[in-house]
Amino acid sequence: MYAYDQYDQAMVDARVAEFRDQVARRLDGRLSEDQFKPLRLMNGLYLQLHAYMLRVAIPYGTLNARQMRALADIAEQYDRGYGHFTTRQNIQYNWIKLADAPDILADLARVEMHAIQTSGNCIRNISADHLAGAAADEVCDPRPYAELLRQWSSFHPEFSALPRKFKIAVIASEADRAAMRLHDIGIRMVEREGTLGAQFYVGGGMGRTPMIAPLIRDFVPVDQFITYAEACLRVYNRHGRRDNKYKARIKILVHELGADEYRRQVEEEFAHLLTLGIEPPRAELERIKAHFGPPIHAELPPLTAQAGPSDPAAFAEWRAANVLPHKLPGHVAAVISLKPIGGIPGDATAEQMRVIADCAALYSADECRVMHTQNILLPHVREADLPALYARLADAGLATANLDQVGDIIACPGLDYCSLANARSIPVAQKISQRFAASGKGAALGELKLKISGCINACGHHHAGHIGILGVDRKGTENYQLLLGGSEAEDAALGKITGPGFDEDGIVDAVETVADLYLARREAGERFLDTYRRLGMEPFKEALYG
Amino acid sequence: MKLLTGNDLRTGAVIWWTGSNWSPHVAEAADIGSAGEEIAAREEAARRVVAPYLIDGERGPDGSVRPGHIKDRIRALGPTVRPDLTLKPADPAAGNWVI
Repeated sequence: MYAYDQYDQAMVDARVAEFRDQVARRLDGRLSEDQFKPLRLMNGLYLQLHAYMLRVAIPYGTLNARQMRALADIAEQYDRGYGHFTTRQNIQYNWIKLADAPDILADLARVEMHAIQTSGNCIRNISADHLAGAAADEVCDPRPYAELLRQWSSFHPEFSALPRKFKIAVIASEADRAAMRLHDIGIRMVEREGTLGAQFYVGGGMGRTPMIAPLIRDFVPVDQFITYAEACLRVYNRHGRRDNKYKARIKILVHELGADEYRRQVEEEFAHLLTLGIEPPRAELERIKAHFGPPIHAELPPLTAQAGPSDPAAFAEWRAANVLPHKLPGHVAAVISLKPIGGIPGDATAEQMRVIADCAALYSADECRVMHTQNILLPHVREADLPALYARLADAGLATANLDQVGDIIACPGLDYCSLANARSIPVAQKISQRFAASGKGAALGELKLKISGCINACGHHHAGHIGILGVDRKGTENYQLLLGGSEAEDAALGKITGPGFDEDGIVDAVETVADLYLARREAGERFLDTYRRLGMEPFKEALYG
Repeated sequence: MKLLTGNDLRTGAVIWWTGSNWSPHVAEAADIGSAGEEIAAREEAARRVVAPYLIDGERGPDGSVRPGHIKDRIRALGPTVRPDLTLKPADPAAGNWVI
């Protein structure tokens, strides 16, 4: 994985020193809150419902064991012993003290991490396919391109005050495991007649006005990759609305201009930029690529004779549900579920983070990935190590077998933590998880992606759930709307609201009702989403509302 | 009744104006009538509170103070999904207070 050079480290160290001074000035009164707020937000420090919240960037979700242990140490030393992994492949700490924030950033800098550009109207953490470098269907490893984008976008002076926040995802396969078309820019690396390039989808997003990004350019040569991204941003920065924050995202601009006109303007800007020679030297891309070689297990201790798992049936269930194929023979990728039955989606204790770090070091070439689904992936596991890995995870409560099943719920922090939320998300996720665990229907339902947001900002990706839930405030009372038919995969679609909302218990019943209808009406090989698409909304509405 | 709340500048902890000082316990919050904005400005300038704001509150049958909106009741208690981190960790049913 990528390692900082002297420039990366110097930039991050300088920012820590700068923020330490800013915090000192805030605490002694030389800075007012109005002056300080934009400065702390530039360093990922929010004031949330109960305390300051620190959002730490994890570029394309990738961590080594040392970094994961540092995250565990921060949870223990400065927070309340846990952290929350987010749908942007980041981690958030909920109970930070202002005076501690500079020390935390210093601790992060020591392991090549930071919280820069995790807030504000700038280019946020670049996300990518969590199976990058492991997936058999990728045309290349997308991580070097995500890293190049990270370096280009960090402290980019022209794009540090955009009309609104800006999110970019990079994938390199037909399968979309990163919700690529629901980003401001979604990039798919492609190969045309033996030449590598990129498709640019621009103007997607969730939130108040969900949109699926249209294809703006079908092929950008890799040696013009950053130049094209710059052109896309320039047109947005020039014409994106600054008068209304609800209409300020690039999706609104692309929608109002129309994809053709936006494309025309980007092409004009692109032609101009090509004359300026702003593309990073090819040698820089090659330098970055050298950090992303195939997994090296040669340094791992040789396999010792392993006892079989103590519960072979549970191991077989976990293996069937949570283990994914790998492009190298004898290897697999293993998903560590952060969705125990009745648990809080995405939360991990410091001790669990240390177990994950140990497993990454021992079994996955010193690497793990935060998935946008709020789970952790070990990307490069020798198949023969699976029993030992499973045993270690099971001991730590990290071996729930539910990948992409109804219990593998994405949920934002909701009104339990977030000052923007209108309703709680986590208790609803917990009740649904418990309901389906008790009924034993989870595995029978197969792939069923359920996503819950506590407000219209859609951090829980409710628009893109096969089943989505949106919490709203109805005259001071929590109420939940049900959506069906969304998808964030290569068959991207936006869910539709079924009808009137439900209270907290009612929404749990409603989810079970639609799941039962699917079980009753599905045809061979159909997922929930397939059955919904075949039947349409009406039978589900009939079952829900009579 | 009107309550004044905000966060402690240094720790970020939720605090409530008692009439003479700040407390983490909403039960000690005072009805400040129409004086809220003046107190908020003074306390913010003195760096004892950050992001202060006024809310409507009510008194329960037992006389206890309860914020009018669920968001502020959750602020007063702590996350309902982590009773161990609330101000009433010994009461696993404490979350029911916010509903």
